[in-house]
Amino acid sequence: MEFTSGKGRALALAGALATAFAWTTASAQAPIKVGVLHSLSGTMAISETTLKDTVLMMVDDINKKGGLLGRKVEAVVVDPASNWPLFAEKARELLTKEKVDVVFGCWTSVSRKSVLPVFEELNGLLFYPVQYEGEESSRNVFYTGAAPNQQAIPAVEYLMSKDGGEAKRWVLAGTDYVYPRTTNKILEAFLISKGVAKEDIMINYTPFGHSDWQTIVADIKKFASAGKKTAVVSTINGDANVPFYKELANAGISAKDIPVVAFSVGEEELAGIDTKNLVGHLAAWNYFQSVKSPVNDGFIKQWRAFIKNEKRVTNDPMEATYIGFKMWAQAVAQAGTTNVDAVRQAMYGQKTAAPGGFESVMNTNHHLSKPVLIGEIQANGQFDIVWATKGPVKADAWSPFIPESAKLKADWTYPWVCGNCAEPKYKM
Amino acid sequence: MRDHPTYPLLTPRGWLVFALVGLVLLAVPAANQWAATGSAAHLPDYLVPLIGKYCTYAMLALALDLIWGYAGILSLGHGAFFALGGYCMGMYMMRQIGTRGVYGNADLPDFMVFLNWKELPWYWQGFDMFWFAALMALVVPGILAFVVGWLTFRSRVTGVYLSIITQAMTFALLLAFFRNNMGFGGNNGLTDFKEILGFPIQAQTTRVGLYVASVIGLGLTFLICRAVVTSKLGRVCLALRDAESRVRFLGYSTTGAKLFVFTLSAVLAGLAGALYVPQVGIINPSEFSPANSIEIAIWVAVGGRGTLSGAVLGAFAVNWAKTWLTGAAPEVWLFFLGLLFVAVTLLFPKGVTGLVQQVRNRLATRAIPRQAEGD
Amino acid sequence: MKQSRVPRRGPERGGAGQPADAAPQSWIRRAAAGLVAISAFLLIHVSASAATLEDLLAKLATDSFAEKVEAAEALGSLGDGRAIPALRALTDGRLYARKDAGPVIEDGSVFRDALTRQPVAGLAAADLDKVRANNRLRGVLEGALSKLSLFSDVKAERLAAARDAFKVGSAEMATTLERALATEKDTDVAAAIRFSLTAAKISSGTPEQRVLSIRELAGSMDPQVRNLIAGVRNDASQPKEVKDAADTALAAMDRKLMLSGIAENLFQGISLGSVLLLAAVGLAITFGVMGVINMAHGEMIMLGAYTAYTVQLVCRALLPPEWVGSYLLLSVPIAFVVAGLVGVLIERTVIRFLYGRPLETLLSTWGISLILQQAVRSIFDAQNKEVANPEWMTGGFELIGGFYIAWNRLYIILFCFMVLGAIALVLRRTAFGLHMRAVTQNRDMAAAMGIPTARVDALTFGLGSGIAGMAGVALSQIGNVSPNLGQIYIVDSFLVVVFGGVGNLMGTLVGAMTLGVVNKLLEPVAGAVLGKVVVLVAIILFMQRRPRGLFALKGRSVDA
Repeated sequence: MEFTSGKGRALALAGALATAFAWTTASAQAPIKVGVLHSLSGTMAISETTLKDTVLMMVDDINKKGGLLGRKVEAVVVDPASNWPLFAEKARELLTKEKVDVVFGCWTSVSRKSVLPVFEELNGLLFYPVQYEGEESSRNVFYTGAAPNQQAIPAVEYLMSKDGGEAKRWVLAGTDYVYPRTTNKILEAFLISKGVAKEDIMINYTPFGHSDWQTIVADIKKFASAGKKTAVVSTINGDANVPFYKELANAGISAKDIPVVAFSVGEEELAGIDTKNLVGHLAAWNYFQSVKSPVNDGFIKQWRAFIKNEKRVTNDPMEATYIGFKMWAQAVAQAGTTNVDAVRQAMYGQKTAAPGGFESVMNTNHHLSKPVLIGEIQANGQFDIVWATKGPVKADAWSPFIPESAKLKADWTYPWVCGNCAEPKYKM
Repeated sequence: MRDHPTYPLLTPRGWLVFALVGLVLLAVPAANQWAATGSAAHLPDYLVPLIGKYCTYAMLALALDLIWGYAGILSLGHGAFFALGGYCMGMYMMRQIGTRGVYGNADLPDFMVFLNWKELPWYWQGFDMFWFAALMALVVPGILAFVVGWLTFRSRVTGVYLSIITQAMTFALLLAFFRNNMGFGGNNGLTDFKEILGFPIQAQTTRVGLYVASVIGLGLTFLICRAVVTSKLGRVCLALRDAESRVRFLGYSTTGAKLFVFTLSAVLAGLAGALYVPQVGIINPSEFSPANSIEIAIWVAVGGRGTLSGAVLGAFAVNWAKTWLTGAAPEVWLFFLGLLFVAVTLLFPKGVTGLVQQVRNRLATRAIPRQAEGD
Repeated sequence: MKQSRVPRRGPERGGAGQPADAAPQSWIRRAAAGLVAISAFLLIHVSASAATLEDLLAKLATDSFAEKVEAAEALGSLGDGRAIPALRALTDGRLYARKDAGPVIEDGSVFRDALTRQPVAGLAAADLDKVRANNRLRGVLEGALSKLSLFSDVKAERLAAARDAFKVGSAEMATTLERALATEKDTDVAAAIRFSLTAAKISSGTPEQRVLSIRELAGSMDPQVRNLIAGVRNDASQPKEVKDAADTALAAMDRKLMLSGIAENLFQGISLGSVLLLAAVGLAITFGVMGVINMAHGEMIMLGAYTAYTVQLVCRALLPPEWVGSYLLLSVPIAFVVAGLVGVLIERTVIRFLYGRPLETLLSTWGISLILQQAVRSIFDAQNKEVANPEWMTGGFELIGGFYIAWNRLYIILFCFMVLGAIALVLRRTAFGLHMRAVTQNRDMAAAMGIPTARVDALTFGLGSGIAGMAGVALSQIGNVSPNLGQIYIVDSFLVVVFGGVGNLMGTLVGAMTLGVVNKLLEPVAGAVLGKVVVLVAIILFMQRRPRGLFALKGRSVDA
C-alpha cells in the first residue's frame, strides 16, 4: 500500500516538475504564482493556518474575477512547520524551484529574520502581515502589519486619558523576544517622557508558551495595590495568552480595577477563551471584526463562504494579508508585469479601501498608513471599538524613542533609496 | 556482525564505496558550477546548500550513532552540542559584520546595541578570530559533554535515566538561550551574517566552498567514527552496550570508555553545527528544543542503528523526505512522516541498512540452488 | 457607518511621531475640554434635583461616554431603587437604546422597558442600538449601584454593597454611607458600613481623624485597603503626621501580607505540582510497569482535552443552560474511555511488537504522536478551542488578605488526589493491580506464575492513557486546548517520573510536588525562566546522588 502511494506521489511530483519546467519557457499564458509560506504544523500553526486560508481565498477571488493580466493566479503552499531554518529553506525553494512571483508569509519575527537574507539575495518579494517591532525596512519586504507607533503608543495614550481610567502605574508584561522587548523599550521611553516615574513601571518577561501564570498574576495584583491606578500592557505572545487570561479571570482581577491592553490578542485568540469574565480588557489593532463598514461586511462574508463555517472570525493579520494582496494585485496590474522591481515601484502610494475603515496607503518606507483602533473585549468574544484615531497613522519603520534608531530613516525612493540611512544615498 | 580478530578501518570494498559516495557528493557542485544551465546535468543553485545541510545532519547522525549504536547511550540532548558548535561559528560571523550592522556599531552586534549594552561581554571576546571560534565550536560542546558525562557515568546513571537527563540538559539550555539577557540574541538568535573568512556568505562560490567543507567534514567524521568502532575501545563499547555489568566485572573501566566516546561524539556534533550555521544563515535557540534531539535519534533508527553507513543514509533519507513532503503535501506530510517512523520500527527494526542486509541474505540463500541452473 | 460615533482623538501621526509638537496643542485642547466639562458638571448639579428618573435613564442611553457617566452618577445620588435594573443591565451589556423612547433591557428573549419593567413587543433588532460601556463608566456604575443597594430590602445585597463601598471612596459616598448607617438595624451590615465609612473618610476630616481612621484600617489585610492607605501616603498634600501613620500602617500590613504571600506561594507550588502530577501519573504507570517510553503520552492528554471540548459542544446543544456546567463532570469518564481505548489500540497494533526494545518504542510512539497531532488538526482545525470554566469553577475566594484561591486551582488539586487515590486502590485492592505489580517487579517470573502478561500490558497501557485523558480534561480548565497541548507537558512529565523514581507512585507524587513547590518558590526570586533552568540543573545534579530517582525500586537484577 505504502509503496504504491509513494510511487504515485513520486510520479505526481515528476509531473509537477516537468510542468514547472515547461512553464518557465512557456508563453504569457502561464499562471502567476503566489507562494504561501505559513506554518501549517508545529507551534505556530494555531495562528498561521488562518493566514494561509486567507491567501487562498484572495487567490480564489481574483481567479473568479478573471485573473491578473489575463493570466490565472496559482497558489503554491508549503509548510515550514514552525521551524525557523526550514523557513529559509522553503523560501529558497519557492523562489528558485517554484519561481513564484510573490510570497505571502511568516508570522514570528525570527521566521522573517530567517528568510530575509534569502529574499534579498534572490530579489524576491515578501508580504509580511503581522504587527511587529519595527526597526527594519528591507527592499524586498512590504510590511502590512502595524509598527509600534500604530499600536502601542495610541493604546497607552488611551489608558492615560479619562475614558481609559487615567492609569498612573504600568505593568509591561511580555514574552521574552524581540517584539515585546522593542515595544516595551519604546513604551518605557514614552511613559517617562510623560512624567511617569521609573518605580511606577514594572517590566516582566516570560518564556514562550509560559503556562503557569499564578506568580505573575499575583505579582501584578501586589504591584497594583500601591495606591495608584494600574494598567497592564501585554505583549504576551500567542499560546501563552490563554492560560494568562484564564488565570486573570479566576484571580478576580476585573478590567475596572486593572485593565489589560494587549497587542497580540485578537478575535482568533479570543475564540479559544471563555470571555465572560474578561469583559472590558482591551486590545489595540488596526482592524476589528466589529468595524461597521461595507468593505468589512463583504470581507467577513467572503471569508465565511470560503471557509464554509458561519462562526469563523476575522482578525487583524487577516486584514493585513487582505490589504497586502489587494495592493500587490493592483501594483501588478498597474505595472503590467510581475517583475519584482517594477511591482515594487508600483507599490509606492498604492491605496486600497481596507476592511478596517479608511483607505490604507503604502508608503515609501514599505510600511502602511492605517487607522488605530482600541477595542474592549465583549462576552461574545468580539471587540467593541471604544476609541479610534481621526485618520490613518503612518508607520515608523524606525522608532524615534530608541536613540540609536531615531537618526535612521527608511525611504526607498530617490534620493534616499535606503532602508536604514542617516542621510540620503544620492545628493539632490 | 561477525567477529574478526582485527578490524581493518574499512574493507577494500568499503573504501571503494566510500570513494564513490565521496565522488558523487563532490560532483554536486561541479554539476552546479560547470554544467550549462538548462542541460540535464545542471544542478539548480538551491540544491547546493540543501545537500550541504544534509551533510551536516549526517555528521550529527554519525555522532549520535557512535554513542547510541555502539555504546548504547541514547542521548536525547545531542542537538545541544550541535547548537553550541553552531553558536560559536555564529558568534564569529556576527563579529565579522562590523559596521555593516543596522546600527553601525563596529564592536557590538545589533541586538546588544539594542539592549543598551555598552561593551562586549567577556564570553564574546576572541570570537572575531576564525581559528578561535572554530576551536571553541569543538571545545565548548566537548567540555559540556565531559562534565555531564563525568557526573552521570561516574554515578552509573544509565538507560532511560540518562536519556531524560540529557533531555533536561538541552531543555535547560533552550530556556537559557531564549533569555535576551544571556547575550546570544534571544529568540531571534544570530542572523544577518555577511561574510566568512572574507568571502561574502551569499555568493554561490562561497556556498560551494562551504559545501565541499561539509562533504570533507562528513568523510572525516565517518573515518573517525570508523576508527573508534574498529579499535579495541570500540569493542569495549559494543560489549558495554550489550551487558555493561559484565564488562565492569571483567575489569574494564566503563566510565572512561563511555566518557571518551561521549565527549568525542559531542565534539563531532559541534563540528557539524559549525558547518551548518553558515549554510543556513541563522542559529537560534529552537535548535536546542528536545524535539530536534529526538529527531536525530529517528534519523539513526531509520537508517539503521549500529551501522555508520546507516546513520548517514537515515539522515539523508528522512531529511529529504521532509523537504519533499512539506512542499508536495503540506497539509498531510506529518501523517506520512509519522507512518514512516511506525513502519520502520515495526517492519525493519534494523533500519534501511538492516533491510538491505536481510534482502541480501535471503537472495544469497536462494542463489545457491539457482547457481546450479547456471544463472 | 458606526465609525462616526466613535470618539476620536490624536493628530495625523497618532501623536507618536512628533510628541514635542503635539504636546502644547493637546494641552490647550485638554484645558478647553476641561472647562467645558466643568461647566457641564455645574449645570447638571443645578438641575439634578429636578431631573426625573426618566430623563436620567434616557441620558444613560446616549452615545457620549461623558454624558453616560454624569447620568450614572446622578442616578446613584438620586437614591431611587428603580434605577438598579438599568444600571445592572448597562454593566452587563444588556441595555439598548430605542429611537424614540426610553431604553430597554434585554432579558433572555424579551426586551423590557428600563423603567416600567414591562415587556415591550414588536421591537426589531435594527431599531435597537446597544449602549456601550467603558471601564471608567463601569467604575461609576459600580459606585452608583452600591449606593443604591445600600438601601435594598435584601440583607445580602446590603452587605455586599457595604463591603464594596470603600473601593469607591468619595466624599459623596461617605454621606450616603452615613445615611445608610442611621437606618441600618442589622449589626453585620452596620459593621461593614462603619468600616467602609472609615475608609471613605481616610482622606478627609481633620488630620487627627485621618490618623485614627488609618490606625483603624491597619488591622485589615485587604490589598484594596492597602491601596487606599498607600494612596494617602503618596498624596503630597497630606500633613506629616498622617503620612507617618500611613507608613506605620503600611509596614504592619506588609508584614502580614508577607506571611500570606508565603502561604500563597506554597499553594501555587502545590497547584503547579498537582498539574505536573496529573500529567505525569499516567506516564508513571506505562513507563514504570512496561518500560515503554511513550512519546505519545502528551497526545493522550490532548485527546482528553478535546473530549472535554466535544462533550461541551454536545451539552450546549442538548442540555438546558443551567445544566451545561455539568459537562465537565460528564467528560471525565468519557475522556478516560476515549483515551484509554486509543491507548489499548496503540498497544495492540504497535507497542506489543516492540517489548524488550524500549528505545525503539520511543521512535514509533513519536511517529504516533505526529499522526495524532495532525489528525486532531485535520478534524478540529489548528485553532485553540474554547473550553469554558463551568460556573462553579469560575472565580475564587480570598482566604486571608491578599491570599486568593481560585476555584479551578483548588478543584484540580482535589481532582489530582482523587485520581491518585483511585489508582492506589486499583493497584492495591484489585486482582488486576496485583498482576500489574507482579509484572513490574519481575516480568518473567510473573509469566511463569500464569499471569497473562500480554493482557496486563494492554490493560496497563489503556489505564495509563485513560488517566492521561482525565488529566487532559483538568488541564483544559487552565490552559490551551490546541493540537500542541501535549508537547507542553511531555518533557516535564518525563522529568517528574524519572526524578521520583520509575515504577513508584509515591515517587511520582513526591517528585511532582517537590518540582512544583521549588519552581514556585524560585520564581519570584529568579524569574520564570531562570527559576526553571535552576530547577533543571538541580535535577541533573541530584541524579548523581540518586541515579534511580527519589524512590528507587528495589530488585535483585543487576541491570534493572
